[in-house]
Amino acid sequence: MANLAPSVLRQASRLASRPSVSAAPRRGVAALSRAATATARSACKRCYVTQTRPDNAQVQVDTAIRLDRAELEKAGVTLDAQSGSTTHVSPMADVLKQAVKLDEGQRPIYLDMQATTPLDPRVLDAMLPYYTGVFGNPHSRTHAYGWESEHAVEQAREYIAALIGADPKEIIFTSGATESNNMSIKGVARFFGRSGKKKHVITSQTEHKCVLDSCRHLQDEGYEVTYLPVNSNGLIDLDQLKAAIRPDTALVSIMAVNNEIGVIQPMAEIGKICRENKVFFHTDAAQAVGKIPLDVNAMNVDLMSISSHKIYGPKGIGACYVRRRPRVRLEPIISGGGQERGLRSGTLAPALVVGFGEACRIAAEEIEYDHKRVKALSDRLLNGLLAMEHTNQNGDPNHFYPGCVNVSFAYVEGESLLMALKDIALSSGSACTSASLEPSYVLRALGNSDENAHSSIRFGIGRFTTEAEIDYVLKAVTERVGFLRELSPLWELVQEGVDLNTIEWTQH
Amino acid sequence: MSAVQAAAKPESAQRVLSLYRQLLRQGSQFSAYNFREYARRRTRDAFRENKGVEDPRRVQELVQKGLKDLQMLKGVCGIQRQTVISQFYQSNRLVVEGGISGKDEAGHGETMRQKDTGWD
Repeated sequence: MANLAPSVLRQASRLASRPSVSAAPRRGVAALSRAATATARSACKRCYVTQTRPDNAQVQVDTAIRLDRAELEKAGVTLDAQSGSTTHVSPMADVLKQAVKLDEGQRPIYLDMQATTPLDPRVLDAMLPYYTGVFGNPHSRTHAYGWESEHAVEQAREYIAALIGADPKEIIFTSGATESNNMSIKGVARFFGRSGKKKHVITSQTEHKCVLDSCRHLQDEGYEVTYLPVNSNGLIDLDQLKAAIRPDTALVSIMAVNNEIGVIQPMAEIGKICRENKVFFHTDAAQAVGKIPLDVNAMNVDLMSISSHKIYGPKGIGACYVRRRPRVRLEPIISGGGQERGLRSGTLAPALVVGFGEACRIAAEEIEYDHKRVKALSDRLLNGLLAMEHTNQNGDPNHFYPGCVNVSFAYVEGESLLMALKDIALSSGSACTSASLEPSYVLRALGNSDENAHSSIRFGIGRFTTEAEIDYVLKAVTERVGFLRELSPLWELVQEGVDLNTIEWTQH
Repeated sequence: MSAVQAAAKPESAQRVLSLYRQLLRQGSQFSAYNFREYARRRTRDAFRENKGVEDPRRVQELVQKGLKDLQMLKGVCGIQRQTVISQFYQSNRLVVEGGISGKDEAGHGETMRQKDTGWD
């Protein structure tokens, strides 16, 4: 409170100097008390006197919801008395206006590791030489510039292959997991559909948008697609998969770790079923590689999509594992110079490839340490969140990657909670659909109601998340969920013991 | 750590200790909060995890790995690498830094930020 007074006075003087202050005294007080609570929250910190610019990734402290309402009322009351006084309440206010101070933390905590991850400094260190000195085209075979780039690319390929238990020759570099998914699904279906024999593809309803959209595209081309439903825990039913396989099925595409709810599908079992039925098995492992142990041979995976920026590597690069024995034939989407076994033509970016390789090497080395740590943080977060009333976890609580925690807060609108949690970077679902207010199709596929899907938030924990951040998040979420619920008339009804399903809402 | 020293030759014990100190010191030079915390935590955990290592060859390997990481942070011939790059492109501090109070203090070896760079 020591610092509260000067800034309150300053605000008051600003307001008082406005000619319209008498016209709207109530509004003035509201604005004042909001500003006052903002200061009260960070009491005894020095603040910007000059206004901060509304930068994209910065929290507007003023707009974030403050919950210490006692402070708010107290400040409001004292302000009421002051706002009517003279223009220059305090000479300090003008001095403070010009003051420059060290800036404090305004950047939100990053807790959306499913969308993307920060670039590991070790990865950047491996990449920099390829942005500065070593610039050769890795496909140039006639000079040393090409050779050194090629050597680095092949080294990276080995690291990636080692992480998933593959042969380096089976790794095809692409621009990312989306391209890998497109290449696998369209490529296999088109190659085997050309003769008109195999025109059926199986996938699940909770796949990533790029898999579903590729399948939609195939449907337009005359292929048949089966979208397998999932159980309420997010896992697919193996019997249903078995039943869905037909003699003309070319490909089964099931993701390893779901990007929204984090459930891990039974890869080995699916692979076994596919191998028995001589159907190719493609898996979108963008969220799984480097986080859970994967082995393409043990799991009978024929095609696998990998993304670099989900494992602390650079954005703009990914890979597709294409099995050689038994050989998977596919029609390339991009044709050209015949690089990457002719499956993906185009010059590779050595810097990105090296970064990707280094990220995979670190992931392979640190997988155990990281997993242990992510599990500990995840348990801490999950226990804290589920201790609140009317919250539940989405997805199977036993078969999920702990770095992806999806929780529903009943009677709170997810998007409004995201707005209230401006100091934490979170998402209610995949980044691709975060622009729309539609409820997540993944949660709908689990059989959740619209309200439940609307009130879900995804927390992504990664290598660089700290305990302090988790504690901050827990505190912030608990406070603000409570605040939003108090605003909600539904919550009032629930507290009174009214079953919401019994209410007959009047139609408009 | 102590066992690493015990296993290796006495002068090597000092080297290991010095490596540990240097890694911690360099790690706390990162301007980004998450990297700084990770570097310190990872160093501490790695040394603690391998404190029971007796085999001199394994100790040698681990020391080499540590030296490589140190080189990544610090560079050679006094030319600093990743920690300095991190300080070139600073962004605003996280809300969680300086604890929940949001108080801003520069601890030992920490960089005190003067202004926001790299964002506009």
